[in-house]
Amino acid sequence: MVRIGENGLPQWDYPTYDRGEKVALFIPCYIDQFYPQIAEATAEILHRLGIPLVFPEEQTCCGQPAFNSGYWEEARRVIRHFAKVFRPYRYIVCPSGSCSAMCRVFFGQADPDPATTEVGSRVFELTEFLVNILGVTDLGARFPHKVTMHSGCHGRRELGIFDQPISLLKNVKDLVYCELPNIEECCGFGGTFSVKMPGTSIAMGETKAANILRSGADVVTSVDISCLMHVGGIMRRKPEMRHIRVMHIAEILNTRG
Amino acid sequence: MTAVHSQQVSLRGAAFWKAENKGLAEPHGSKALGESAERSSKHNRQIAMAIPYWEEWREAAHQIKRYAIFHLDDLLVQFEKNLTARGCIVLWAKDAEEANQHLLNIVKKHNVKTVVKSKSMVSEEMEVNHVLASVGVKALETDLGEYLVQLAGQRPTHIVTPALHLSASDVGRLFAEKLGEPFTSEHEKLTDIARRHLREEYLRADMGISGCNFGLADTGAICIVENEGNAGLSISAPPVHVALIGIEKVIPSIDYLPQFLNLLARSGTGQKLTTYTHIIHGATPGRTFYVILIDNGRTNVLKDPAARTALFCIRCGACLNACPVYRRVGGWAYGWVYPGPIGSILTPHLVGFDQAGKLPFASSLCGACGEVCPVKIDIPHQLVHLRHRAVNTKSPVRSPLERLIWNAWSWAMGGPLRYRLTMGFVRIGVRLAKFLPFHPAQLGAWTRGRDLPLVPPTTFRSWWRRYGKRFQQPSG
Repeated sequence: MVRIGENGLPQWDYPTYDRGEKVALFIPCYIDQFYPQIAEATAEILHRLGIPLVFPEEQTCCGQPAFNSGYWEEARRVIRHFAKVFRPYRYIVCPSGSCSAMCRVFFGQADPDPATTEVGSRVFELTEFLVNILGVTDLGARFPHKVTMHSGCHGRRELGIFDQPISLLKNVKDLVYCELPNIEECCGFGGTFSVKMPGTSIAMGETKAANILRSGADVVTSVDISCLMHVGGIMRRKPEMRHIRVMHIAEILNTRG
Repeated sequence: MTAVHSQQVSLRGAAFWKAENKGLAEPHGSKALGESAERSSKHNRQIAMAIPYWEEWREAAHQIKRYAIFHLDDLLVQFEKNLTARGCIVLWAKDAEEANQHLLNIVKKHNVKTVVKSKSMVSEEMEVNHVLASVGVKALETDLGEYLVQLAGQRPTHIVTPALHLSASDVGRLFAEKLGEPFTSEHEKLTDIARRHLREEYLRADMGISGCNFGLADTGAICIVENEGNAGLSISAPPVHVALIGIEKVIPSIDYLPQFLNLLARSGTGQKLTTYTHIIHGATPGRTFYVILIDNGRTNVLKDPAARTALFCIRCGACLNACPVYRRVGGWAYGWVYPGPIGSILTPHLVGFDQAGKLPFASSLCGACGEVCPVKIDIPHQLVHLRHRAVNTKSPVRSPLERLIWNAWSWAMGGPLRYRLTMGFVRIGVRLAKFLPFHPAQLGAWTRGRDLPLVPPTTFRSWWRRYGKRFQQPSG
């Protein structure tokens, strides 16, 4: 069940985690291919917390690109493959708010089969799994940098992911948290929107990049690297922003001091 | 019919419709519009968040609207009966053309030469000014924003604040050019000029036209909210009043009105209540009061169960102000009466997917619209739903080539081997992209303002194959 909380964001009911139960990793395709270090950090973090992990190698994609483009029939085939691969697991953890939202919120819209929806409902974004299900907010990480956070829209508005990553970051030793001005505004990535309306997408990304610069941080992080692939791509072309590093939150939480 | 024809012309000319444009053309909206919309959105959000039971208010309004829209057939009949009992003449119109025909009949019958008009979005759907002009009747917009837009020969860029794209100096120049007034950019002086020019017209007009914010079925009254006093004058000074009402405006009872007044003012203009709230109970003696109830495509929304909540809209404009795309492209890009997120989910139903099928794609699906909607319309989810409809019906976005590409993608994502093979090609493509002399299509769309991600030597799945074993047992 989803309620709207006091912060205006949805609040979900979470299951409890039975110690020793296997957790399946769902690693979104672009992370698997372009940012493997994020998936590795995710595995390391969960492993250190004593959680046995599986990575079902038949997994591919959550179907979001086709679904958001209107091609639901094509998305459904991929979603059903996802459901088949992940059916055996009670907890599926994914280091992306957007892909997790696709599984938990939009499977039902894309596929009338309740069995698919049920598998989707077991997908949790990494920081909500850590905070809401495991009850962990301090991972013993140390990261002596000024860090700001971009909050991805799907994760925040569909899954209510906002306070979780912030509380995790604030417990990282020597990390200076820098507030991001207009944190609630979209970065302009939007999946295929980024290439269907590139002018507007880039204009939105430039606003986001300027706010990141204004925050004074030298690292920008997020639970969603897809947003940062877009904003980071813009920042790399701007000399005054090149010093700002882009990192997924798992990479920061996996640091040791 | 003239009205429909000119609507089509305006649609085709708009950025999101351009036939020659393969994707979505992207105009730059005015800076004034973007900044004002952002400011309003922040301000209104603060007002809303200051109310501890804001969420309960939204939910209650949503439920009342749900009842109203799902019992529209009964409520409309009751509304008509009670309006008639109060001496009002009720006319029904299935589309803009029929509504205009009713209007022209009224004009003829009462020998109307001049009309004053208060703000009404459904009148924009009908292109009333244009239709009246075609029979030699002069219709004057009396809402300040609408007046400016009419004076400039433009269309509104916002449903609540039609002249949001004009700065004070723009207005000063407009008054200098069209009214021969000395240039000023002072707000008070500008308002004075407008008042001076408008005031006389109310007394001279033969007929007043208004919209309606809420139709009250149980009392047969109509409610109109406004801030300038122009609506009050437009409906009470001339001997004939015609209220143009979309059929979705009816609510069951006057008892529920405060619920909506609370939400509308706060979400629309950031006020606790609008300056004026008129509740009109029938015609005053010696005056004639007409109500035209207009469908104009609204029943198409009813036919689609996944889209029905779009009819809950109370036209507050909060979703426009909140939308980062609207703020950048402005209202005209959406091509028709309703811009922004609500336009993207309403217009395809009202004018057809064959014309407006691109609109649902003009969004990053960020969900800001759904978050601020005071009646909780699930706009972001409907955008995706309408994308699905748009690619499966006759529309500018239906493309056999794109279907083929997504089919291929769907096949490629259907199994691990196919996935690895496809992704292998993607990796090679991204690596080679920097050596290409130019970047075609989607690749070019990405790289015109952004670098591509760097391709790492290995994937996670190959890493897991080598090291995954140690993660399968709990540590320690």
